[in-house]
Amino acid sequence: MIDEGLLKEYKGKVPEPLLNDFRKHATDFNLNKKQQKEVLDKLLERYMTSKIHPGEAIGVITAESFGEPSTQMTLRTFHLAGVAEANVTLGLPRLIEIFDARKEIKTPMMEIHLKSQPKDDRELERLISMIKEIKLSDILSEISVNILHMYIEVKLNKSRLRDLQIKEEEVLKAIQVSMKNIEVSEKDGLLIIKPKLKEITLPAVYAIKEKVKLAHVKGIEGISQVLPVKRKDELILMAAGSSLKKVLEIDAVDETTTISNDIFEMVRVFGIEAARQTIINESSKVLNDQGLEIDARHIMFISDLMTTTGGIKGVTRSGITGEKESVLARASFETPIVHIINASLSGETDYLNSVVENILINQPVPLGTGLPSLVTSMKKEGGKKK
Amino acid sequence: MSEEINITKHIFVPKHTKLTEEEKEKILEEYNISLSQLPKISKNDPAIKELEVKKGDLIKIERKSPTIGKSIFYRVVVGNA
Repeated sequence: MIDEGLLKEYKGKVPEPLLNDFRKHATDFNLNKKQQKEVLDKLLERYMTSKIHPGEAIGVITAESFGEPSTQMTLRTFHLAGVAEANVTLGLPRLIEIFDARKEIKTPMMEIHLKSQPKDDRELERLISMIKEIKLSDILSEISVNILHMYIEVKLNKSRLRDLQIKEEEVLKAIQVSMKNIEVSEKDGLLIIKPKLKEITLPAVYAIKEKVKLAHVKGIEGISQVLPVKRKDELILMAAGSSLKKVLEIDAVDETTTISNDIFEMVRVFGIEAARQTIINESSKVLNDQGLEIDARHIMFISDLMTTTGGIKGVTRSGITGEKESVLARASFETPIVHIINASLSGETDYLNSVVENILINQPVPLGTGLPSLVTSMKKEGGKKK
Repeated sequence: MSEEINITKHIFVPKHTKLTEEEKEKILEEYNISLSQLPKISKNDPAIKELEVKKGDLIKIERKSPTIGKSIFYRVVVGNA
Protein backbone atom coordinates (compact mmCIF):
# COMPACT_ATOMS: atom_id res chain seq x y z
CA MET A 1 0.00 0.00 0.00
CA ILE A 2 1.14 3.48 -0.74
CA ASP A 3 1.32 5.91 2.14
CA GLU A 4 -0.52 8.94 0.75
CA GLY A 5 0.38 11.01 3.79
CA LEU A 6 4.05 10.44 3.08
CA LEU A 7 3.55 11.27 -0.56
CA LYS A 8 1.93 14.54 0.34
CA GLU A 9 5.14 15.74 2.00
CA TYR A 10 6.91 15.47 -1.32
CA LYS A 11 4.23 17.21 -3.30
CA GLY A 12 5.55 20.52 -4.58
CA LYS A 13 9.12 19.40 -4.08
CA VAL A 14 9.05 16.65 -6.69
CA PRO A 15 7.02 17.09 -9.88
CA GLU A 16 3.72 15.30 -10.19
CA PRO A 17 4.65 12.92 -13.06
CA LEU A 18 7.58 11.57 -11.05
CA LEU A 19 5.33 10.94 -8.08
CA ASN A 20 2.91 9.15 -10.34
CA ASP A 21 5.72 6.95 -11.58
CA PHE A 22 6.66 6.23 -8.01
CA ARG A 23 3.06 5.33 -7.20
CA LYS A 24 3.00 2.87 -10.05
CA HIS A 25 6.27 1.16 -9.26
CA ALA A 26 5.95 1.14 -5.49
CA THR A 27 2.85 -1.04 -5.72
CA ASP A 28 4.67 -3.39 -8.10
CA PHE A 29 7.47 -3.93 -5.61
CA ASN A 30 5.23 -3.92 -2.56
CA LEU A 31 7.39 -1.54 -0.55
CA ASN A 32 6.71 -0.90 3.11
CA LYS A 33 6.55 2.55 4.61
CA LYS A 34 10.21 2.81 5.52
CA GLN A 35 11.33 1.67 2.10
CA GLN A 36 8.94 4.09 0.47
CA LYS A 37 10.44 6.96 2.41
CA GLU A 38 13.90 5.88 1.40
CA VAL A 39 12.97 5.77 -2.27
CA LEU A 40 11.26 9.14 -2.10
CA ASP A 41 14.26 10.72 -0.40
CA LYS A 42 16.50 9.32 -3.10
CA LEU A 43 14.09 10.58 -5.72
CA LEU A 44 14.11 14.08 -4.23
CA GLU A 45 17.90 14.07 -4.10
CA ARG A 46 18.17 12.95 -7.70
CA TYR A 47 15.65 15.55 -8.77
CA MET A 48 17.46 18.35 -7.00
CA THR A 49 20.83 17.43 -8.50
CA SER A 50 19.41 17.17 -12.00
CA LYS A 51 18.02 20.70 -11.93
CA ILE A 52 19.76 23.25 -14.11
CA HIS A 53 22.28 25.24 -12.11
CA PRO A 54 22.39 29.02 -12.16
CA GLY A 55 24.85 30.16 -14.78
CA GLU A 56 24.44 27.13 -16.98
CA ALA A 57 24.60 28.02 -20.68
CA ILE A 58 21.27 26.48 -21.64
CA GLY A 59 21.02 28.47 -24.83
CA VAL A 60 24.13 26.90 -26.25
CA ILE A 61 23.05 23.45 -25.14
CA THR A 62 19.71 23.94 -26.86
CA ALA A 63 21.39 25.17 -30.02
CA GLU A 64 23.65 22.14 -30.08
CA SER A 65 20.83 19.76 -29.35
CA PHE A 66 18.92 21.14 -32.32
CA GLY A 67 21.88 21.58 -34.59
CA GLU A 68 23.24 18.08 -34.54
CA PRO A 69 20.09 16.12 -35.40
CA SER A 70 18.82 18.66 -37.90
CA THR A 71 22.07 18.34 -39.84
CA GLN A 72 21.37 14.63 -40.00
CA MET A 73 17.87 15.42 -41.17
CA THR A 74 19.09 17.44 -44.15
CA LEU A 75 21.27 14.57 -45.23
CA ARG A 76 18.45 12.09 -45.03
CA THR A 77 15.64 14.18 -46.51
CA PHE A 78 16.11 13.17 -50.13
CA HIS A 79 15.80 9.50 -49.39
CA LEU A 80 12.33 10.06 -48.08
CA ALA A 81 11.08 12.17 -50.97
CA GLY A 82 7.88 11.25 -52.70
CA VAL A 83 5.76 10.19 -49.76
CA ALA A 84 2.07 10.48 -50.62
CA GLU A 85 -0.64 12.23 -48.60
CA ALA A 86 -1.48 15.89 -48.95
CA ASN A 87 1.35 18.18 -49.92
CA VAL A 88 2.81 19.56 -46.70
CA THR A 89 6.08 21.29 -45.98
CA LEU A 90 8.17 18.90 -43.95
CA GLY A 91 11.64 18.48 -42.62
CA LEU A 92 14.19 21.22 -42.41
CA PRO A 93 12.28 23.76 -44.53
CA ARG A 94 9.34 23.52 -42.16
CA LEU A 95 11.60 23.73 -39.10
CA ILE A 96 13.21 26.87 -40.49
CA GLU A 97 9.77 28.26 -41.21
CA ILE A 98 8.70 27.72 -37.61
CA PHE A 99 11.79 29.07 -35.89
CA ASP A 100 12.19 32.02 -38.24
CA ALA A 101 8.54 32.82 -37.52
CA ARG A 102 7.69 33.35 -41.17
CA LYS A 103 4.50 35.30 -41.62
CA GLU A 104 3.55 33.49 -44.79
CA ILE A 105 4.03 29.79 -44.47
CA LYS A 106 4.18 27.58 -47.51
CA THR A 107 1.42 25.16 -46.63
CA PRO A 108 -1.03 26.52 -44.09
CA MET A 109 -3.26 23.78 -42.78
CA MET A 110 -6.12 23.50 -40.38
CA GLU A 111 -7.10 20.50 -38.36
CA ILE A 112 -10.84 20.81 -37.99
CA HIS A 113 -12.47 18.75 -35.30
CA LEU A 114 -16.20 18.27 -35.24
CA LYS A 115 -18.56 18.47 -32.29
CA SER A 116 -20.25 15.25 -33.30
CA GLN A 117 -19.38 12.68 -35.91
CA PRO A 118 -21.31 13.11 -39.17
CA LYS A 119 -24.02 10.46 -39.51
CA ASP A 120 -23.58 9.78 -43.20
CA ASP A 121 -21.62 10.81 -46.25
CA ARG A 122 -24.15 13.44 -47.26
CA GLU A 123 -23.80 15.29 -44.01
CA LEU A 124 -20.04 15.14 -44.35
CA GLU A 125 -20.20 16.44 -47.89
CA ARG A 126 -22.46 19.28 -46.83
CA LEU A 127 -19.94 20.24 -44.15
CA ILE A 128 -17.04 20.12 -46.53
CA SER A 129 -18.90 22.29 -49.02
CA MET A 130 -19.37 24.87 -46.26
CA ILE A 131 -15.65 25.04 -45.66
CA LYS A 132 -14.06 24.52 -49.05
CA GLU A 133 -13.91 27.58 -51.21
CA ILE A 134 -15.92 27.36 -54.39
CA LYS A 135 -15.11 29.82 -57.11
CA LEU A 136 -17.18 30.57 -60.16
CA SER A 137 -14.74 28.62 -62.30
CA ASP A 138 -15.57 25.48 -60.30
CA ILE A 139 -19.25 25.56 -61.20
CA LEU A 140 -19.42 26.74 -64.77
CA SER A 141 -19.66 24.72 -67.87
CA GLU A 142 -19.07 27.57 -70.29
CA ILE A 143 -17.92 31.14 -70.21
CA SER A 144 -17.59 33.25 -73.30
CA VAL A 145 -17.45 36.82 -74.48
CA ASN A 146 -20.20 37.98 -76.74
CA ILE A 147 -18.36 40.34 -79.05
CA LEU A 148 -21.49 41.70 -80.66
CA HIS A 149 -23.01 43.00 -77.46
CA MET A 150 -19.78 43.31 -75.55
CA TYR A 151 -20.77 41.24 -72.57
CA ILE A 152 -19.86 37.96 -70.93
CA GLU A 153 -22.11 34.94 -71.03
CA VAL A 154 -21.83 32.37 -68.29
CA LYS A 155 -23.43 28.96 -68.47
CA LEU A 156 -23.55 27.21 -65.13
CA ASN A 157 -23.12 23.53 -64.56
CA LYS A 158 -26.59 22.66 -63.25
CA SER A 159 -25.85 19.21 -61.86
CA ARG A 160 -22.80 20.50 -60.05
CA LEU A 161 -24.89 23.25 -58.53
CA ARG A 162 -27.38 20.71 -57.29
CA ASP A 163 -24.63 18.60 -55.74
CA LEU A 164 -23.22 21.57 -53.91
CA GLN A 165 -26.66 22.88 -52.97
CA ILE A 166 -26.13 26.29 -54.46
CA LYS A 167 -28.98 28.25 -55.94
CA GLU A 168 -28.51 30.23 -59.12
CA GLU A 169 -29.56 33.44 -57.42
CA GLU A 170 -26.75 32.98 -54.94
CA VAL A 171 -24.26 32.73 -57.76
CA LEU A 172 -25.69 35.83 -59.36
CA LYS A 173 -25.35 37.74 -56.12
CA ALA A 174 -21.85 36.45 -55.49
CA ILE A 175 -20.65 37.65 -58.87
CA GLN A 176 -22.26 41.03 -58.39
CA VAL A 177 -20.51 41.52 -55.05
CA SER A 178 -17.16 40.27 -56.27
CA MET A 179 -16.49 43.15 -58.62
CA LYS A 180 -17.34 46.77 -59.09
CA ASN A 181 -18.37 48.12 -62.47
CA ILE A 182 -20.39 45.14 -63.58
CA GLU A 183 -24.04 44.38 -63.89
CA VAL A 184 -25.27 40.82 -63.66
CA SER A 185 -28.58 39.60 -65.01
CA GLU A 186 -30.16 36.37 -66.13
CA LYS A 187 -31.47 35.54 -69.59
CA ASP A 188 -32.55 32.21 -71.04
CA GLY A 189 -30.65 30.21 -68.46
CA LEU A 190 -27.51 32.19 -69.03
CA LEU A 191 -25.92 34.67 -66.73
CA ILE A 192 -25.09 37.90 -68.49
CA ILE A 193 -22.33 40.06 -67.11
CA LYS A 194 -22.30 43.57 -68.51
CA PRO A 195 -19.36 45.83 -67.82
CA LYS A 196 -20.30 49.28 -66.61
CA LEU A 197 -17.44 51.26 -68.06
CA LYS A 198 -17.46 54.56 -69.88
CA GLU A 199 -15.72 53.01 -72.80
CA ILE A 200 -16.08 49.32 -73.34
CA THR A 201 -13.13 47.81 -75.15
CA LEU A 202 -12.57 44.17 -75.95
CA PRO A 203 -9.43 43.76 -73.82
CA ALA A 204 -11.29 45.24 -70.86
CA VAL A 205 -14.10 42.73 -71.27
CA TYR A 206 -11.60 39.87 -71.45
CA ALA A 207 -9.89 41.13 -68.32
CA ILE A 208 -13.23 41.14 -66.51
CA LYS A 209 -13.93 37.62 -67.74
CA GLU A 210 -10.71 36.36 -66.18
CA LYS A 211 -11.43 38.15 -62.94
CA VAL A 212 -14.99 36.98 -62.72
CA LYS A 213 -13.88 33.37 -62.94
CA LEU A 214 -12.22 33.78 -59.56
CA ALA A 215 -15.34 35.19 -57.91
CA HIS A 216 -15.95 33.66 -54.51
CA VAL A 217 -19.25 31.83 -54.48
CA LYS A 218 -19.39 29.67 -51.40
CA GLY A 219 -17.27 28.37 -48.56
CA ILE A 220 -14.34 30.06 -46.88
CA GLU A 221 -11.90 32.09 -48.85
CA GLY A 222 -8.42 30.61 -49.11
CA ILE A 223 -9.37 27.02 -48.35
CA SER A 224 -8.45 25.14 -51.48
CA GLN A 225 -9.00 21.61 -50.26
CA VAL A 226 -10.69 19.74 -47.46
CA LEU A 227 -9.92 16.11 -46.75
CA PRO A 228 -11.67 13.91 -44.22
CA VAL A 229 -9.12 11.91 -42.25
CA LYS A 230 -9.75 9.18 -39.75
CA ARG A 231 -7.60 9.52 -36.67
CA LYS A 232 -8.16 6.86 -34.05
CA ASP A 233 -11.94 6.81 -33.80
CA GLU A 234 -12.47 10.39 -34.74
CA LEU A 235 -13.13 11.80 -38.14
CA ILE A 236 -11.36 15.09 -38.63
CA LEU A 237 -11.14 17.43 -41.57
CA MET A 238 -7.75 18.53 -42.81
CA ALA A 239 -8.06 21.79 -44.68
CA ALA A 240 -5.40 23.27 -46.92
CA GLY A 241 -5.37 26.96 -46.17
CA SER A 242 -5.96 28.69 -42.89
CA SER A 243 -8.85 30.85 -41.81
CA LEU A 244 -9.56 29.89 -38.22
CA LYS A 245 -11.97 32.69 -37.38
CA LYS A 246 -14.38 31.76 -40.13
CA VAL A 247 -14.14 28.04 -39.53
CA LEU A 248 -14.88 28.47 -35.84
CA GLU A 249 -18.06 30.32 -36.72
CA ILE A 250 -19.51 27.17 -38.23
CA ASP A 251 -21.73 25.54 -35.64
CA ALA A 252 -20.67 21.95 -36.23
CA VAL A 253 -17.00 22.76 -35.68
CA ASP A 254 -15.58 22.06 -32.25
CA GLU A 255 -13.98 25.33 -31.21
CA THR A 256 -12.05 23.77 -28.34
CA THR A 257 -9.86 21.45 -30.39
CA THR A 258 -9.67 22.91 -33.88
CA ILE A 259 -6.17 24.17 -34.63
CA SER A 260 -4.09 25.69 -37.38
CA ASN A 261 -0.42 25.22 -38.17
CA ASP A 262 -0.05 28.92 -38.83
CA ILE A 263 1.50 30.35 -35.67
CA PHE A 264 0.44 33.91 -36.40
CA GLU A 265 -3.12 32.83 -36.99
CA MET A 266 -3.05 31.10 -33.62
CA VAL A 267 -1.86 34.27 -31.85
CA ARG A 268 -4.58 36.31 -33.45
CA VAL A 269 -7.34 33.91 -32.52
CA PHE A 270 -6.21 32.16 -29.35
CA GLY A 271 -3.47 34.33 -27.89
CA ILE A 272 0.19 34.03 -27.16
CA GLU A 273 0.05 30.93 -24.98
CA ALA A 274 -1.71 28.96 -27.68
CA ALA A 275 0.92 30.14 -30.14
CA ARG A 276 3.64 28.87 -27.83
CA GLN A 277 1.93 25.51 -27.73
CA THR A 278 1.65 25.53 -31.52
CA ILE A 279 5.37 26.17 -31.90
CA ILE A 280 6.08 23.26 -29.57
CA ASN A 281 3.66 20.91 -31.28
CA GLU A 282 4.57 21.82 -34.83
CA SER A 283 8.30 21.52 -34.29
CA SER A 284 8.05 18.26 -32.37
CA LYS A 285 5.82 16.93 -35.12
CA VAL A 286 8.51 17.63 -37.71
CA LEU A 287 11.21 16.10 -35.53
CA ASN A 288 9.16 13.01 -34.71
CA ASP A 289 8.31 12.46 -38.36
CA GLN A 290 11.99 12.36 -39.12
CA GLY A 291 12.67 10.04 -36.24
CA LEU A 292 14.73 12.54 -34.31
CA GLU A 293 14.61 12.80 -30.58
CA ILE A 294 15.16 16.18 -29.05
CA ASP A 295 14.27 16.68 -25.42
CA ALA A 296 10.98 18.51 -24.94
CA ARG A 297 12.74 20.98 -22.65
CA HIS A 298 14.83 22.37 -25.48
CA ILE A 299 11.78 22.87 -27.65
CA MET A 300 9.90 24.50 -24.79
CA PHE A 301 12.82 26.78 -24.12
CA ILE A 302 12.93 28.07 -27.68
CA SER A 303 9.17 28.52 -27.73
CA ASP A 304 9.29 30.47 -24.49
CA LEU A 305 12.01 32.66 -25.89
CA MET A 306 10.11 33.30 -29.10
CA THR A 307 7.02 34.38 -27.19
CA THR A 308 8.47 36.41 -24.28
CA THR A 309 7.62 39.75 -25.84
CA GLY A 310 3.94 38.85 -26.09
CA GLY A 311 4.21 38.60 -29.85
CA ILE A 312 6.11 36.13 -31.96
CA LYS A 313 9.77 36.72 -32.60
CA GLY A 314 11.73 34.44 -34.84
CA VAL A 315 15.30 33.36 -34.30
CA THR A 316 16.57 35.85 -36.86
CA ARG A 317 18.36 39.16 -36.88
CA SER A 318 15.04 40.99 -36.85
CA GLY A 319 13.66 38.70 -34.14
CA ILE A 320 15.18 37.61 -30.85
CA THR A 321 18.78 38.08 -31.92
CA GLY A 322 18.00 41.63 -33.01
CA GLU A 323 16.63 42.38 -29.56
CA LYS A 324 19.93 41.68 -27.85
CA GLU A 325 21.20 44.57 -25.84
CA SER A 326 24.81 44.26 -26.89
CA VAL A 327 26.01 45.66 -30.20
CA LEU A 328 28.81 43.16 -30.49
CA ALA A 329 26.49 40.23 -29.86
CA ARG A 330 24.16 41.37 -32.61
CA ALA A 331 27.05 42.03 -34.97
CA SER A 332 28.41 38.54 -34.44
CA PHE A 333 25.18 36.93 -35.67
CA GLU A 334 24.40 38.39 -39.09
CA THR A 335 25.28 41.54 -41.06
CA PRO A 336 28.03 42.75 -38.68
CA ILE A 337 28.92 45.90 -40.54
CA VAL A 338 25.37 47.25 -40.56
CA HIS A 339 25.10 46.80 -36.82
CA ILE A 340 28.43 48.38 -36.04
CA ILE A 341 27.84 51.36 -38.33
CA ASN A 342 24.38 51.99 -36.86
CA ALA A 343 25.70 51.66 -33.33
CA SER A 344 28.50 54.12 -33.92
CA LEU A 345 26.12 56.57 -35.58
CA SER A 346 23.84 56.63 -32.55
CA GLY A 347 26.66 56.32 -30.01
CA GLU A 348 25.52 53.07 -28.43
CA THR A 349 27.25 51.66 -25.35
CA ASP A 350 28.07 48.00 -24.93
CA TYR A 351 27.91 47.03 -21.26
CA LEU A 352 29.53 43.65 -21.87
CA ASN A 353 26.94 41.90 -19.74
CA SER A 354 26.63 38.77 -21.76
CA VAL A 355 28.61 35.98 -23.35
CA VAL A 356 29.34 36.72 -26.98
CA GLU A 357 30.70 40.23 -26.54
CA ASN A 358 33.05 39.08 -23.77
CA ILE A 359 34.43 36.31 -25.93
CA LEU A 360 35.01 38.82 -28.71
CA ILE A 361 37.17 41.03 -26.52
CA ASN A 362 38.86 38.14 -24.74
CA GLN A 363 37.40 38.45 -21.27
CA PRO A 364 35.95 35.85 -18.88
CA VAL A 365 32.30 35.23 -19.71
CA PRO A 366 29.55 35.53 -17.09
CA LEU A 367 28.73 31.85 -17.07
CA GLY A 368 29.09 29.20 -14.41
CA THR A 369 31.81 30.35 -12.05
CA GLY A 370 32.15 33.60 -13.96
CA LEU A 371 28.64 34.65 -13.00
CA PRO A 372 28.55 35.29 -9.22
CA SER A 373 29.53 38.94 -9.32
CA LEU A 374 26.16 39.57 -10.95
CA VAL A 375 24.19 37.46 -8.51
CA THR A 376 25.51 39.14 -5.36
CA SER A 377 24.47 42.67 -6.31
CA MET A 378 23.43 44.19 -2.94
CA LYS A 379 20.94 46.83 -3.94
CA LYS A 380 17.48 46.28 -5.28
CA GLU A 381 16.01 48.50 -7.95
CA GLY A 382 15.06 51.86 -6.44
CA GLY A 383 17.84 51.75 -3.89
CA LYS A 384 15.94 49.71 -1.32
CA LYS A 385 18.33 47.65 0.84
CA LYS A 386 17.68 43.99 0.74
CA MET B 1 -23.72 31.47 -37.09
CA SER B 2 -22.92 31.28 -33.44
CA GLU B 3 -22.21 34.26 -31.23
CA GLU B 4 -18.73 35.27 -30.07
CA ILE B 5 -16.53 32.20 -29.68
CA ASN B 6 -15.23 31.49 -26.21
CA ILE B 7 -11.60 30.66 -26.80
CA THR B 8 -10.64 30.12 -23.18
CA LYS B 9 -11.91 26.56 -23.39
CA HIS B 10 -9.52 25.68 -26.20
CA ILE B 11 -7.06 22.88 -25.46
CA PHE B 12 -4.13 25.11 -26.29
CA VAL B 13 -5.19 27.95 -24.04
CA PRO B 14 -4.08 27.39 -20.44
CA LYS B 15 -5.84 29.02 -17.52
CA HIS B 16 -5.05 32.72 -17.23
CA THR B 17 -5.78 34.57 -13.99
CA LYS B 18 -5.17 38.15 -13.03
CA LEU B 19 -3.24 38.60 -9.80
CA THR B 20 -4.09 41.22 -7.20
CA GLU B 21 -1.55 43.91 -6.32
CA GLU B 22 -0.54 42.09 -3.12
CA GLU B 23 0.00 38.80 -4.93
CA LYS B 24 1.99 40.62 -7.55
CA GLU B 25 4.27 42.24 -4.96
CA LYS B 26 4.74 38.90 -3.26
CA ILE B 27 5.92 37.25 -6.45
CA LEU B 28 8.29 40.06 -7.37
CA GLU B 29 9.70 39.86 -3.83
CA GLU B 30 10.02 36.09 -3.96
CA TYR B 31 11.99 36.02 -7.19
CA ASN B 32 13.75 39.31 -6.48
CA ILE B 33 12.97 40.77 -9.88
CA SER B 34 11.28 43.78 -11.38
CA LEU B 35 8.29 43.70 -13.69
CA SER B 36 10.35 44.50 -16.75
CA GLN B 37 12.27 41.25 -16.39
CA LEU B 38 9.18 39.08 -16.76
CA PRO B 39 7.79 37.76 -20.04
CA LYS B 40 5.07 39.88 -21.55
CA ILE B 41 1.58 39.52 -22.88
CA SER B 42 -0.27 42.03 -25.00
CA LYS B 43 -3.30 43.62 -23.38
CA ASN B 44 -5.23 42.77 -26.54
CA ASP B 45 -4.40 39.09 -26.25
CA PRO B 46 -7.58 37.07 -26.90
CA ALA B 47 -6.92 34.82 -23.91
CA ILE B 48 -7.15 37.66 -21.38
CA LYS B 49 -9.92 39.60 -23.05
CA GLU B 50 -12.40 38.88 -20.27
CA LEU B 51 -10.07 39.60 -17.36
CA GLU B 52 -10.27 43.38 -17.81
CA VAL B 53 -6.58 43.95 -17.49
CA LYS B 54 -4.58 47.14 -17.62
CA LYS B 55 -0.91 47.77 -18.30
CA GLY B 56 1.37 46.45 -15.59
CA ASP B 57 -0.96 43.75 -14.33
CA LEU B 58 0.54 40.36 -13.68
CA ILE B 59 -1.12 37.34 -15.28
CA LYS B 60 -0.64 33.91 -13.81
CA ILE B 61 -0.70 31.13 -16.37
CA GLU B 62 -1.13 27.51 -15.36
CA ARG B 63 0.28 25.39 -18.12
CA LYS B 64 0.28 21.69 -18.55
CA SER B 65 3.83 20.59 -19.00
CA PRO B 66 5.00 17.25 -20.33
CA THR B 67 7.95 17.27 -17.95
CA ILE B 68 6.62 18.48 -14.62
CA GLY B 69 2.87 18.14 -14.87
CA LYS B 70 1.61 21.58 -14.01
CA SER B 71 3.87 24.57 -14.40
CA ILE B 72 3.17 28.13 -13.43
CA PHE B 73 4.23 30.97 -15.63
CA TYR B 74 3.84 34.70 -15.25
CA ARG B 75 3.38 37.37 -17.86
CA VAL B 76 3.15 41.13 -17.47
CA VAL B 77 0.50 42.97 -19.43
CA VAL B 78 2.01 45.43 -21.87
CA GLY B 79 0.43 47.88 -24.27
CA ASN B 80 1.28 46.26 -27.53
CA ALA B 81 3.53 43.41 -28.44
